[in-house]
This record gives sequence, structure tokens and C-alpha cells, in this order.
Amino acid sequence: MTTYLATGVATVSAGETFAFWVLAILTVGGAIGMLLSRKAVHSALWIALTMVSLAVLYLINAAPFLSMVQIIVYTGAVMMLFLFVLMLIGVDAADSLVETIKGQRLAAVLVGIGFGLLLLAGVGGLTVNEVKGLDAATSPAGGNLQAVAQLIFGRYVLAFEVTSALLITAAVGAIVYTHRERLVGKPTQAMISRARFTSVTAPRSPMPAPGVFANHNAVDTPALLPDGSPALESVPAPFQVEEARTFTTADGRVITAVYPEGDDK
Amino acid sequence: MSVPFGLDPGWLILLKSLVIFVFLVLVTLFTIWLERRIVARMQMRIGPNRVGPFGLVQGLADGVKLALKQDIIPALADRSVFILAPIISATTCFIAFAVIPLGPTVSIFGTWTNLQLTDFPVAVLFILAIASIGIYGIVLAGWSSGSTYPLLGALRSTAQMISYEIAMGLSLVAVFLYAGSMSTSEIVSAQQNVWYVVLLLPSFLIYTTSMVGETNRAPFDLPEAEGELVGGFHTEYSSLKFALFFLAEYINMVTVSALATTLFLGGWRAPAPISTVWAGANSGWWPLAWFVAKLFAFIFVFIWLRGTLPRLRYDQFMKFGWKVLIPVSLVWIVIVATARALRQSANVDSSSLLVIVGVILTILVVLSFVLDAMISRRMPREIEPEPEFDAFAGGFPVPPLPGQKLPTPAASAQTISATEGDSRG
Repeated sequence: MTTYLATGVATVSAGETFAFWVLAILTVGGAIGMLLSRKAVHSALWIALTMVSLAVLYLINAAPFLSMVQIIVYTGAVMMLFLFVLMLIGVDAADSLVETIKGQRLAAVLVGIGFGLLLLAGVGGLTVNEVKGLDAATSPAGGNLQAVAQLIFGRYVLAFEVTSALLITAAVGAIVYTHRERLVGKPTQAMISRARFTSVTAPRSPMPAPGVFANHNAVDTPALLPDGSPALESVPAPFQVEEARTFTTADGRVITAVYPEGDDK
Repeated sequence: MSVPFGLDPGWLILLKSLVIFVFLVLVTLFTIWLERRIVARMQMRIGPNRVGPFGLVQGLADGVKLALKQDIIPALADRSVFILAPIISATTCFIAFAVIPLGPTVSIFGTWTNLQLTDFPVAVLFILAIASIGIYGIVLAGWSSGSTYPLLGALRSTAQMISYEIAMGLSLVAVFLYAGSMSTSEIVSAQQNVWYVVLLLPSFLIYTTSMVGETNRAPFDLPEAEGELVGGFHTEYSSLKFALFFLAEYINMVTVSALATTLFLGGWRAPAPISTVWAGANSGWWPLAWFVAKLFAFIFVFIWLRGTLPRLRYDQFMKFGWKVLIPVSLVWIVIVATARALRQSANVDSSSLLVIVGVILTILVVLSFVLDAMISRRMPREIEPEPEFDAFAGGFPVPPLPGQKLPTPAASAQTISATEGDSRG
């Protein structure tokens, strides 16, 4: 690690140029793949590729700590959480093409162009007076890692603490919003079992899981019974919509699910 | 003699990479044989003893058989991701071993070099980062299979590995504080006088617990629980793709054991009585033997656990991770940090006293939790007969105040069916 050199802006070694172009293609390719993928999980994978490529770019630019944090936090935690949610509730491919907010596409294009212009102006307006070199900047602290630590816990400690307070507030807020106070005690396994077998209408066997036998795993897609008909009760009550839903199975059959009128939900 | 990293000639880097690859594959083959023999012994069987001396080549024979089996890709599978998943699993597990120090500086064909492919200031974070990419292999395998059990197994493993990675990361903080570095070779050299397993026993215990959870091994092998999920995330995999997952699981086991050896058991350093009697124990090629011995001690414990303990229930397992391991490691970090700060800034010389006080405090905290749980389970508390709590007394649903007891739900069958409906799916 001590061999990392930043001798100046003028000299860029052939190896670094090669690595830059490989990583540049991977990074941008990942971003484009994210936009063009039809499946949400594929998009998530493409963006994971972009994140890892960025991390490697940080590493060869002598920022090992930033690189590792990029992988652990973004690839390992944030993107994994995305995947987790996508897998847990599934995403219906039909939903994503509908423009739910009026004029959203136009607004997105305008804001995107505006942001790009702002970025160009910002980067273009930079003036580099004198390049000190990485070693000169980090050696007083005793290395890259120590220099980063001194900045975070010294000069920028307030910003660091405020950011963590904001994140904790957001986490606590999410918990408070999703928390439900119990009004009656929790039924035990024995109670549930007894209720199920004394009831006339409740099914004795476990409920079928939604979606997994159809061509996607969205929660609002009913499972298929062995005879090919949809198992309506496999869809959780909040997702049982009034209008008939049509979907295609893996072997190409079109099946329509209609929930009976006056079904108590 | 110490040689800086990053100055090895190209042929040496290639040689080291190749040796690490071969070492890991051989250790995997040997571990599979060891596991089958030891578990067999624990179950009063003999185990594989036909192929080669003591059945040693059994793993290789099974590997060849596995490779020659039919490779099936399910019709509902997402083909590209289905193929990508085992590749991610198998490649990431090899990469992590690059920063494990296997020995001190040695001479290879006249070139002095460290017995370690590379090292850099954040080497331990690198291992954590690679492990978090490795999770992708399991998650994508479960999702792309297009079937119920693999999906459930993948969801379990995501939740499990993310939760236990937090506990694992926290257990490493104390080591970083004491070693003053995150580089593996510097952590080993910082343990010259005393191993961190002695100095930081709680960290060691938390790490070893979470490493079993992190590698999906029994008793924490919930992502592939046979009784509930058939084979979990790899149910739909066969032939070489399954072999890659199998390989990845064993190499991950070796990697976390190697990391435990490096961080807590002094890495390649000889155990205490040997190094005091024999001065040459910590130089030359001998340290490699100590390292491998410690590595296999951990692997034996892995096998022992598998042969002894039943699988945990999923909710108990998550509760243990979030409500026991993480809080305990946070408290321990605060104690260690306080001790370090007092010693360094306030010049308190009696650092050993502080460590002892810290250990006693931790034991007290843990004991109080355990005793509390035991007392509340053994002796039902005397409760004065209170008026039954009614959530709908004033016409609106009102949650109970502290101390008020919720009525048992058996009173109304409607509640049960509602709760049952919620827990479905």
C-alpha cells in the first residue's frame, strides 16, 4: 500500500489508463443496463455492478477505506435490502409501465437535464491551483486511513454526528410508523390450531403461498392449483381487488381471477 | 526481517495465487472427509473408509461423480441469473483468502517475501466486503430458481447473514482498537506478547458465534433446513453448479476460521509453551504448521457443533442475534474504548485492572439477564386481581398502560381468525 504514488496530474501510467477504461465501460454499462432491464431484480444487479466498479476505481486511486465502505454499505447493505424487498413482495411487470403521476416523465427529463447542466457547470468551473499529491496530504496523519479518521472525527465531526442523528431519526420514525400496539394478547400455536379445527369454513391445511407457481412472484398474483385454476385465497386480503385480474402462466395459458362479490376482507 | 507488501515480482504473485487456490481446494477435500469421519465417529458409525487410505480420496470420488451428473435448469428459472449465482458464490470465497497471513517473511527461490498474497490498511474490512458480495450468490440462487423453497431459503439467508454480519463487525472493533490497525499482518504482529483471545474474550466469543451464523453451518443452517425447505436456496441446483455452492460453503468455513485465527489466536505464532522453549518456532516455514493446526482446531469445532446441536428455530435465532449478540458487543466496545481512552489520555497505568473490571461488569450484566429470565420463567409472579383490561372500554381502541395485562385471545374466536389471516403468506 505504501507503494501507491500520486506524483502529479501529468503522469498517468498505462496500467491506470487501461484500468480506468475497463472500469469506465463497466460502470456506465451497468447504469445503462439498469435503465434498460425489464425485470426489477436485473436492474438491481446492474446497479450493483456499477457500485462495485466504482469501489474498484476508488481502490486504484488510493482510497482503500472509501472503496471498502462503498462495497459494504452500498453493495452489501442498501442493494441487498432492495433485493430483499423485491423478492419478498415481488414486482408485477405490468404495473411499472403505467405513468401514475401526470407529467412525471416530462418532469423527470427536465430535472435530469437540469442536473446534468448543473454538474457540468460545477465541474467545469473548478480550478486546480497546485497539486500537492496524496502522500503530502496524508503522511502528516500517518496514512490514508488515519487522515480520513482525523477529518471525520476532527474537522467534520459535527456534520458526521448530525448525519447519524438524521439517520437514527429516520430509522426510529420508520419503526414508529409501522409499529402496532396490541389490543389483545398473542394467540399461542395451540390456540390457533384449535380454532382452525373447530371452525367449519377455515381450511385445515396451510394456505398456499401467492404467486410462486405463476410466472412472477408478486404478492397480488394468486397461486395455481394442480388443475390450473387460481387459488384465490392465496392472495392476502388487502390485495384482493374488486376488478378481475388477468395473468399469463409460464406455459402460456391466460387465466382470469375474479373475487366473488361481498367477500369479507 | 520484514518486507513491505506490494513489491513482489510478477511470477511470485502468480505462484502465491495458485498456491492459495490449490491450498483451499485441498483443504476443502480434506475437510469433507474429516467431517464425514468425525460425525460418523460421534454417531457410532465408521464413515467412508473404502476409497484410498482411510477413505481419504472419497471427497475426490464424490466430486467427480457430482460433476458427471446431469445439469438441470428449471423451466421457470431466470437462466442468466441462475448461472451467475454459483459463480459469484465460488469466486468471492477464494478472494477473501488473499489477505490472510499464513506465515512470517520467508525466502522463496531466493526472494524474501511475506507468506501472504497482499495486505493493505483495511484488509479486514476487505474480507467483510467480499463476504457481503458473496451473499449475492445465495440470494440470487434462491430468487432465480423460480420456486418456493429456494426463495424462502434465500430470504432467510439474507436476513440471517446481514444480521450476523453486524455482530461480526462489532466484535472486530475491539481488536482494531487494541491493534491500532485493520491490516491483518499488523494485527498478528500486535499479538506478539499476548493473544487477543485472552485480552478480548467476549469479542472472541461473539465472533465465533456469528461466524457460524455467517457461514450457514449447523446449528444456524436455517437457509438450507432440510426439514422445512428441502434444500433451501440450492434445491433446484444440480451437478457442477451445486458443487460450486458446496465448495463455497466449505471455503467460507475455512476463511472465517482463518480470520478467527489471525485476529484472536495470534495468527501464525506458535502457542505459548512452544515459543518460550524453542526460539526458532516463529521463523521460517514452521509458523505455517501452527497456522494450519489452529485452522483445523476451528474446523473441528464446526464439525463438533454439527454433530451435537439441533437446529435453532428461525425466530429464536434472529432474536438471539439482535437482542443478545449485538447489545452485548456494543456494551463490550464501550468498555474496551473507555479502558483504552483512560490508559492513553488520562495516563491510568492500571490498565489490567480496568480490563478485569470490564470483564466483571460484562459477566454481571449477562448474569443479571440470565437470572431475570430464569426467575420470571420459574416463579409465576403474585398478581393482585386487577379489573380485566378492556381495549374498547371507551368506544375507541386504547392500548394497555404499562402493567396492565392483555386479555387472552381465546375469549373471541374472531380475533384468532384475524391474527391467523395476518400471519399468512
